[in-house]
Amino acid sequence: MDDLISEFIAECREMLEALGGEIVAWEASPDDRARLDSIFRFVHTVKGNCGFFDFPRLEALSHAAEDALAEVRAGRRHPDPVLVSAVLAIIDRIAEMIAALDAGEEWPAGDDSALIHALQERAEVPAAPVAATVAEAQSKAVAPRTIRLSVELLDRLMSGVSDMVLARNECARRLRETTGDVAVDGAFERLSTIIAEMRDAITRTRMQRIENLFVALPRMVRDLSAELGKQVLVDIEGGDVELDREMIEMIRDPLTHIIRNSVDHGIETPPERLKAGKREIGLLSVSARQSGNQILIDIQDDGRGINGNKLVEKAIAAGVMEKSEVANLTPREQLALIFEAGLSTAKQVTAISGRGVGMDVVRSNIERIGGVVEVDSTLGQGTRMTLRVPLTLTIIPALTVSVAGQNFAIPRSAIDEIVRANGESVTLEKLGGAGVATIRGRRVPEIALSDVLGLKSDIPEHERSLVVLRPAGADVYALAVDRIHDHEELVVKPAAPAVMATGLYAGTTLADDGSPILLFDPAGIAQVGGVKLEAHERASRIADAPAAAAVDDTPVLLFRGLDGARRAMRLAVVDRIEEVPADSIRPGAGKLRVQLGETILPLAGVNGDLPGDKVRLFRLNDGAREIGYAFREVVDLSILGADLIPATSPGEISAVTLVSGEPAEVVDPHWLFANFATPAGGASELICRLPTDDPWMQNMLRPIVEAAGYRVVSDSDEVEADLAILSEASDKDAAAARTIRLRSDPDPASDKDETIYRYDRAALLMALKSAGAGGR
Amino acid sequence: MSELLLIVTIAGERVALPAAAVESVVELDTLIPVPRAAPHVAGLSALRSRVLTVIDCMRSLELGATDCSDGIREAAVVELDGHHYALIVDLVEDVVEAASEPAMVRAAMGPGWERVSKGMVETEEGPMLLIDIAALIAGAEAKAA
Repeated sequence: MDDLISEFIAECREMLEALGGEIVAWEASPDDRARLDSIFRFVHTVKGNCGFFDFPRLEALSHAAEDALAEVRAGRRHPDPVLVSAVLAIIDRIAEMIAALDAGEEWPAGDDSALIHALQERAEVPAAPVAATVAEAQSKAVAPRTIRLSVELLDRLMSGVSDMVLARNECARRLRETTGDVAVDGAFERLSTIIAEMRDAITRTRMQRIENLFVALPRMVRDLSAELGKQVLVDIEGGDVELDREMIEMIRDPLTHIIRNSVDHGIETPPERLKAGKREIGLLSVSARQSGNQILIDIQDDGRGINGNKLVEKAIAAGVMEKSEVANLTPREQLALIFEAGLSTAKQVTAISGRGVGMDVVRSNIERIGGVVEVDSTLGQGTRMTLRVPLTLTIIPALTVSVAGQNFAIPRSAIDEIVRANGESVTLEKLGGAGVATIRGRRVPEIALSDVLGLKSDIPEHERSLVVLRPAGADVYALAVDRIHDHEELVVKPAAPAVMATGLYAGTTLADDGSPILLFDPAGIAQVGGVKLEAHERASRIADAPAAAAVDDTPVLLFRGLDGARRAMRLAVVDRIEEVPADSIRPGAGKLRVQLGETILPLAGVNGDLPGDKVRLFRLNDGAREIGYAFREVVDLSILGADLIPATSPGEISAVTLVSGEPAEVVDPHWLFANFATPAGGASELICRLPTDDPWMQNMLRPIVEAAGYRVVSDSDEVEADLAILSEASDKDAAAARTIRLRSDPDPASDKDETIYRYDRAALLMALKSAGAGGR
Repeated sequence: MSELLLIVTIAGERVALPAAAVESVVELDTLIPVPRAAPHVAGLSALRSRVLTVIDCMRSLELGATDCSDGIREAAVVELDGHHYALIVDLVEDVVEAASEPAMVRAAMGPGWERVSKGMVETEEGPMLLIDIAALIAGAEAKAA
């Protein structure tokens, strides 16, 4: 009897899992007979079995649902949202009961009559928010023939095969020692191949379609969006990608969390979306694909995006970062702040997300399984989160290293490069006891593995090898090890809690000779070794600047222009980097100008669309004048090489060259200042005296005079003027080197009249020019 | 039916482990140290392609360290939360039947013993201290935390 019940539970669970998506899809297209049938089949199965096992409550529930669905099947009832919600509620209750049954607990107390009654209601209510699966769910393939196996049995098979591999290796060693018999060798080769194939096959039994993870998503999004009054369409792709069974469990929570965040904070309410010129229904697409030995899971929404500046403000407020660090953050680094603990941009804390715990947990969970989370967001257009996780938890390509005679493994995915400590491009220095390695001009913190582990290494420091590790996607450090051994594919198993408590290890594995090897967690080593990972990248950028300037090379700032092109700007002309609101950039006097506090500077570099919110710009200074140069993001600080390919015609770009291995356009600051900067004021300026009591002069003439390079003073100012402009009628004598008199009559009064008609622009400009030239 | 007990010697004292929890008794030869782990974690060893986390019971009880330098040690293999552990003991003796339910030991024991004690059981070989394997594996630090 117990066997039958457990069989029943297993069957129900399997059907329940598949069903969540079906029901939501059915709601979206109520006429879809196939979906209706599969839901009907489920409740029917439950009902049938319940009668047999004597579970009256389950039976009553499933019976009611079956009745309602039968009416729909017969066409007597339309599947409105009320009905769908009621059916969902019943299926939820059934799931609860089955879970309790499985755990051997008492059934959750309660009365089901409310649920059953809900089925009978045919209230007319406004349509509930719609969530639907498109794409794959439309055409579900026929399931392959399967049998149910216990995981324990699979694990036994797996360890049996591992043993077999070890025995084969042992055998191979013995065979090599004895004299070779070709026939024996041949037979052994065959055995080897078969064992390898078997190992592959057994490994594959641990794989599961990621669909198992995805089927629950439409249902979850539907419930969430209903709760929040939003409309969300879910698009799921790549459900047939296979992933290690344990891996699927490990990414379930992070994925759920990201999706909840997207629906809660990302996607706007329908009125907000309409106002922003978007479709009422938000789109959330979840896709999985395999790339090499990684699985990439993209979660993309078309919601409001993440505001990097707000994150930065929060980070400062929460004390995660110093104000001084913030200025140099690239937009990507700003967005990455979302993974810092204690940050949440949501104004309100909601029940669904936004408590500031979560994204940091998401990242640490993903990193624990050797994965990476990336975030990309455009304000107002949406956010994309990418989870990169290794294909399998259990087989990890790794590098074996040794220190003090003991072997360890490092996951290869975290390794950036390997250099010898005494190599040409490497120098090691000690700063206050802390190690700093300079590898091809790049400063990275260096720690010795022997120090981290508290072991004594008898290899002198300069004979060690440095493994440059990049644990968290962006931050690097160098780990000094005694020896590098081999690349191996290791079958990794989780280590006991007492071992994991050190924070250094990601798991254990067995080497080919059968002895255990510890696999390192690169982030953990950095932490235990005292490397400040997050701070490092930001600090090194600032530290690099003076160091680079000392060398006889031209330091340049590598950046991306608004048009996306990679450009280089000589560092010396960049005064500082400013960030201004987009509305402080306005066209003025034929050029774009930007307001920076009290000053207005001409703005160059606007060759693409301005970002909607904030614009970052370089403030360039030639010693006397300033201009702004808008850009999208700073890429790096670099050195300008000697091999410049000059541009054929003068312009904003003076040359093209390779910077850090990629082509970049070198911006010509001379051209920029020649074309954008306004003539400088100061000591050399010309002064023109205009009567203050003449409104025409002040309003109409003054701009022309100023544009010609004069500083305008009033007739009472006690300065020596180069020029005075008076009206014909004025009888005053202006104190100035030269005087221009203007008349209001187009025709001169006589031939000797030296006055200029006040609207004769050409003559006016000529006079202004000659006065300027003659005055000096 | 009464519980079966495995009698082992730890730090010269005969104590009882619940025999149902013990998978096997092995002789450990290789021992790979785990740098930076808690002191009672003696290292790792392999048993039939499974990794065993080796626990030095004497250190766990803060009664000194087992000398592992001479190579082969006797150990009881147990499973806890899906992980396999080898508990290094001085000697594995015999399996006996428990004649009573565990009763509280009312006299004061050493602090290490106090932590891992599940009480006193009567056996045909006299009263024995029944050891809580989970507490033994957790070691001295777990209590402090």
